[in-house]
Amino acid sequence: MSKSTATQARPLSPHLQIYRVTPTMAMSIVHRITGGALYFGTVLFALWLLAAATSQAWFDFVNMLFGSILGRLVLFGYTWTLIHHMLGGIRHLIWDTGHGIEKETSTRMAWVTLIGSVALTLVVWVAGYAVRGGF
Amino acid sequence: MADMRTPLSRVRGLGAARSGTEHFWRQRLTAVSNVPLTLFLIGFVIAYNGASYEEVRGALSSPFVALPIAFAFLSVLYHMRLGMQVIIEDYVHDDGWKVALIILNTFFPIVVGAIALFSLLKIIFGA
Repeated sequence: MSKSTATQARPLSPHLQIYRVTPTMAMSIVHRITGGALYFGTVLFALWLLAAATSQAWFDFVNMLFGSILGRLVLFGYTWTLIHHMLGGIRHLIWDTGHGIEKETSTRMAWVTLIGSVALTLVVWVAGYAVRGGF
Repeated sequence: MADMRTPLSRVRGLGAARSGTEHFWRQRLTAVSNVPLTLFLIGFVIAYNGASYEEVRGALSSPFVALPIAFAFLSVLYHMRLGMQVIIEDYVHDDGWKVALIILNTFFPIVVGAIALFSLLKIIFGA
C-alpha cells in the first residue's frame, strides 16, 4: 500500500504485449478473469435462494429471468466460468506439490483445462436438460 | 549476506507485511474445500433446475442440502475475497481507490453471504 516516490518515469520491465501468447499464459489470464466474474456470479445463486425463501411470485420471477434466452446464456457462461476456474485451480494445486511444472506437461495441462472445461460444461447442461425431461 | 533479522522475527516468519503466508495458505485451503462444495452446488442445480417452488423449498429444508450449501457459500466467499484483493492490489495504484475497493471487497462477500444464509435459515425454520 506504499505510494511511489519516483519523480521521473522509471524504466519498465517488459509486459504482456511483447511476449508470444502461450497456452499456459492464456489459461493464467483466463483463470484471473473467470475468478473475477465468479465473484459477481455468487449474487445469482444467492438471489435464487432469496427468491425461494420469499414467495412463490418472487421464485417464479427469478426463474423466469434465469430461464429466458439471455438468462440461459448468462448461466451457460457462468457454468463454463466456474468449471474452468475449478480445473485451473486444481492445476495450481498440482503445481503446489511441485509436479507438472515442466514445459511440455504444463502446456498439456493448459489444453486439458480448456478442453475439459468446455466438455464438462456441456455434460452439466445435457444432464440439466435431461432432468427437466427433454430439450 | 548476514541475516539482520532477530531470532524472534525469524521464528514468527511473518515477513515485512506482518502476515506471513496466511493469505496464500487460506487461499489454498478454501480452494480445496471449494472443489467438493461447488460440485455439490452444481449437482443440486442439475437436480432441481425447473423444479417447483414447493420441491425446491422442500429440498433446501433438509440439513443434508442446506448445510453443504451454507458451507459452500462460506468457503467460496472467503476464497473470492482473497482473490479479488490480489486483483485490486495488482491493478489499482491510486491509494484512495485502493483503500475504498479493499473495504468494499470485505463488505460484498458479507452481504452475499448474509442473503444466502438468511434465505436458507428462513426456509429451514419454515417462515
